Amino acid sequence: MPIISRGFHGRRPEAGHKLPPGQYETRDFPVLSAGPTPRVPREDWEFSVVTENGERRQWSWAELMALPRQTPTVDLHCVTKWSKFGTSWEGVSLDTLLADVESSAHYALVHSYGGYTTNIPLADLLDGQAWIAFRYGGEDLPPEHGGPARLLVPHLYLWKSAKWVRGIELREHDEQGFWESAGYHDYGDPWREQRYQGD
Amino acid sequence: MARAAVSGRLGARLRWQAATLVERREETASAQTLVFDVPGWAGHLAGQHVDVRLTAEDGYSTQRSYSLASAQDADRLELTVQRVPDGEVSPYLIEGLAVGDRIEIRGPVGGWFVWRPEQREPVLLVAGGSGLVPLMAMIRAREAEGSRAPFRLLYSLREPADRLYAPDLERGSAGLDVTYVYTRSAPQGATRPPGRLAPADLVQWGWPPDFEPTVYVCGPTGFVEAAAVQLVAQGHDPGRIRTERFGPSGG
Repeated sequence: MPIISRGFHGRRPEAGHKLPPGQYETRDFPVLSAGPTPRVPREDWEFSVVTENGERRQWSWAELMALPRQTPTVDLHCVTKWSKFGTSWEGVSLDTLLADVESSAHYALVHSYGGYTTNIPLADLLDGQAWIAFRYGGEDLPPEHGGPARLLVPHLYLWKSAKWVRGIELREHDEQGFWESAGYHDYGDPWREQRYQGD
Repeated sequence: MARAAVSGRLGARLRWQAATLVERREETASAQTLVFDVPGWAGHLAGQHVDVRLTAEDGYSTQRSYSLASAQDADRLELTVQRVPDGEVSPYLIEGLAVGDRIEIRGPVGGWFVWRPEQREPVLLVAGGSGLVPLMAMIRAREAEGSRAPFRLLYSLREPADRLYAPDLERGSAGLDVTYVYTRSAPQGATRPPGRLAPADLVQWGWPPDFEPTVYVCGPTGFVEAAAVQLVAQGHDPGRIRTERFGPSGG
């Protein structure tokens, strides 16, 4: 039984918006990162996919820009409790990037410039659920929000949407990333409130 | 990058626990420290936070994260709440909650932005406004453990009236250097004119990079970004700079 706080009324999200449990709506776009923001020049930027068999594919910034783009509008849910509705992005779908990759892996470990990692089941990166995003709100993605490019997996808590993304390692076995090995949930579904290990 | 686990609780389900308000202390005109009694609290590390859950009479509930301000102390824990105008939660915690009332908390959470008593290296704490809270927990933990790790705190704030934990910081602690960086108005007799934290402040009052300090930076996003960029530019290894950005929390 929850403890009722008499006199606490709270705010409800506007009609039409449904918040995951424990979340509140913000209009801001807070920044959360574990360390200094990496600055990665586009001419040095590259993105790679390495399979469980060691096969490697790589894209330069120019090669990424040449791929077909999508413009998803999605809701974001951060484990620190804020949610932001209707954010507009531009990026390349992981379906496009992984289309010709030969793999029977079940898991992905995402790597970022600066050393950050996060683990995601490969199925959650496919079927129109994930993008390598490089524009936000009609502007180039700023470094503090993960620019030049970040992973965007909006159906999971935002720490899975790795900023400053540099590559995806496809794996047969799951390996925890940075926050997961510090006690955060391996999957991170906001609707099931999977914040921490054991949730 | 270093890995750290939630102390001894990895894999254990974090349960919601009842926390009873036993004392409140006014820190500034808009911030209070709330002291809670949590029977069976399993302890925490300096820098960790807890989740707070409030439930209204109709069953609506919402949560916020608050940094722990206190060092480990039996069943007691302290949170410092900065009142957010028009906030959903902070005005209730500051005005609606009475001594003896209970709320729900779970935690402790966080294994990265923490200071552990076994750390021997110099530590630089860079605080912006209420970003001081988890850094104060580190200062208090250092004192409670009798650690001799050299600590330096750079505390950026608008004006003297905004000082959190003023009595504690004035009393000081051997091996802790405290420098206030006032951005709008400094007290009488201050040698540094008011202004934002500048690279020269970090050079003068921080540690040289070759001392290999661990640096903890906490505050609003803009403050943390600026401080972290300056520290990296001065030669500090990004892997030794740990940041916690207090976004506009929506209250």
